Amino acid sequence: MSANGSQPLLQVQDLVKRFKARRPLTERMWLRPSESRYAVAVDGVSFSVAKGETLGLVGESGSGKTTVARTILRLLDPDEGSIMFDGVDIAGLSRSELQDVRRRMQMVFQDPYSSLNPRMKVGSAIAEPALVHGVVDRSGAARHVEEMLELVGLPASAAERYPRQLSGGQRQRIAIARALSARPSVLIADEPVSALDVSVQAQILNLLARLLQELDLTMVFIAHQLSVVRHISDRVAIMYLGRIVETGPTNRVFDAPQHPYTKALLEAAPHPDPSRRHTRAAVRGDIPSPFDIPSGCRFRTRCSYAIERCAVEDPAFRTFEQKHVAACHVLPFRKG
Amino acid sequence: MGSRTPGASIGIADPILAVRDLVTVFPSSRGIVVAANHVSFDLHPGETMGLVGESGSGKSVTCRSLLGLVPEPGEVIAGSVYFEGQNLLELSPRSLRSVRGREISMIFQDPMASLNPVYTVGDQIGETLRIHRKMSRKQARDEAVRLLDHVGIPSSRRRLDSYPHELSGGMRQRVMIAIAISCRPKILLADEATTALDVTIQDQILALLLELQRENGMAILFVSHDLGVIAQSCDRVTVMYAGYVVEQATTTALFARPRHPYTVALLKALPELAAERADGRLVPIRGQPPDLATLSPGCPFAPRCEFADAEDPSRREVSMMLEEAERGHLTACPFHAKVGL
Repeated sequence: MSANGSQPLLQVQDLVKRFKARRPLTERMWLRPSESRYAVAVDGVSFSVAKGETLGLVGESGSGKTTVARTILRLLDPDEGSIMFDGVDIAGLSRSELQDVRRRMQMVFQDPYSSLNPRMKVGSAIAEPALVHGVVDRSGAARHVEEMLELVGLPASAAERYPRQLSGGQRQRIAIARALSARPSVLIADEPVSALDVSVQAQILNLLARLLQELDLTMVFIAHQLSVVRHISDRVAIMYLGRIVETGPTNRVFDAPQHPYTKALLEAAPHPDPSRRHTRAAVRGDIPSPFDIPSGCRFRTRCSYAIERCAVEDPAFRTFEQKHVAACHVLPFRKG
Repeated sequence: MGSRTPGASIGIADPILAVRDLVTVFPSSRGIVVAANHVSFDLHPGETMGLVGESGSGKSVTCRSLLGLVPEPGEVIAGSVYFEGQNLLELSPRSLRSVRGREISMIFQDPMASLNPVYTVGDQIGETLRIHRKMSRKQARDEAVRLLDHVGIPSSRRRLDSYPHELSGGMRQRVMIAIAISCRPKILLADEATTALDVTIQDQILALLLELQRENGMAILFVSHDLGVIAQSCDRVTVMYAGYVVEQATTTALFARPRHPYTVALLKALPELAAERADGRLVPIRGQPPDLATLSPGCPFAPRCEFADAEDPSRREVSMMLEEAERGHLTACPFHAKVGL
């Protein structure tokens, strides 16, 4: 549900995405060739994003956050669940029906070195999506590119350059200009500042914040860096092994986490303050394999709060103040 | 350029590693790039020194220069690296090899690239033990099990027969650490050793390194771009920018009272600190990182410096010599009296 009470712009319900394992050749030849194993990368994920809102999707490798993003954009086909975008379920749309959706939802990737074609001039790279989707025609392209470059704080002369002639920060500005070129309403940003140096990262985060406001954009911001997510998101969803384990308003979740995984992530995040040191690791062990998800609560194998019940019963979501939601049998009931 | 030898160091013990005026250059088509420009610092026994900077600051090149591991066509052209009375830069390749891995060992960002994919974990730990500690096959195998246990690898005896690709990123880095500490080195060089890891795994590896250090007293040179990681793990910090050391202080002093404009700007750009400010805005460092092939003399940070801005341009022509802003707190900014958060 959205903050202003209207329909959410994007609503994902019970999304499931599985990947079939490629088995070793020997197994495929001799052992039960018919039996397939599946990795459940996204296992029943639901969330919604209101118009003009930024949802931060947080998780470590293997959490399924990138798979969620790719499935929303239909770069991957979901196995189950619905993806309502502006009132239409896009989970079942055909390629041609997706045309307009693709214009209205655009993606910014982590690595501006590989997401831009090295042989395409910056101007052409920015004009392309607008031309493909008929937002401008050839005669208006140059003017459009200039406008987009200005929007992301680059001089018009950048249009004549190649990506390799630009710095990492400038390239990420180009990638953002390209994403905005077809005038989308939703931006899906997958680790857009993770590859950048701190000084440049701050420039790009400020740019994104300004663009969100100026263009009234809705954003799903995927990142592993909690400080960055906290800075830019209105609400956050914390993912672990294919599930959202906690979600709510950013400050609520960060100040009063109700799931042990969120708590551990916050403790483990290296804070640039030497007086806040901890000597023991916040969480033990590795994330389990998506082929072999633990019974009950999937975080219990690494959780310091785990009790017997956690191995048996998958915790349901429990709602706290301000639509703050978490799935844990133990932590929310502890006092002090 | 004059000597940039630091003044009084704050440690009581003699340094175990003393780096003086290290200069490492890379020829490029557009001129010579000075990747490490008269870098000096001391590392004391049992201490963790952070070497922090952004891309192109020279932190990794400095670290690699210490052990003669600068990639071609780079070259160390001046300076000294004193370890136990000998200048490592003057050692023969053969003598240097016996120091490397035994007295001083190193772990890198990407353990997959440092481990050999066609040998088992046991083979690779065993190799170091047989070469440097002259152990038999059987002894090496037993010692490898002990080491894997020590770095927190579960079912260690079974893991000896695993290949690197069968392990998670965190486990691979634990194997690298096991190899690195197998000869009980006096110094561990860690070059972005936790950068590729997830937050919770990075946290585990940092805790492990500091625990190992408490046990055996090794000194650690911790190279990282991440100020958070540095704050959490280091006793002292050396900040680099465009090949120069710009500031050097205890971790506490550096984060509380930075005395070089670059350090100040870097801290202000962090989202963590923005959250603590009233307006919650990030303060980016303006402009772009410098192009090392076309650096002009003087302070390389001047074009982006908020303190240099109002001054007359002649004040950019600073020597980049380190001076003491406070006891044990060195900065390359001659205007440090006006500099602060």
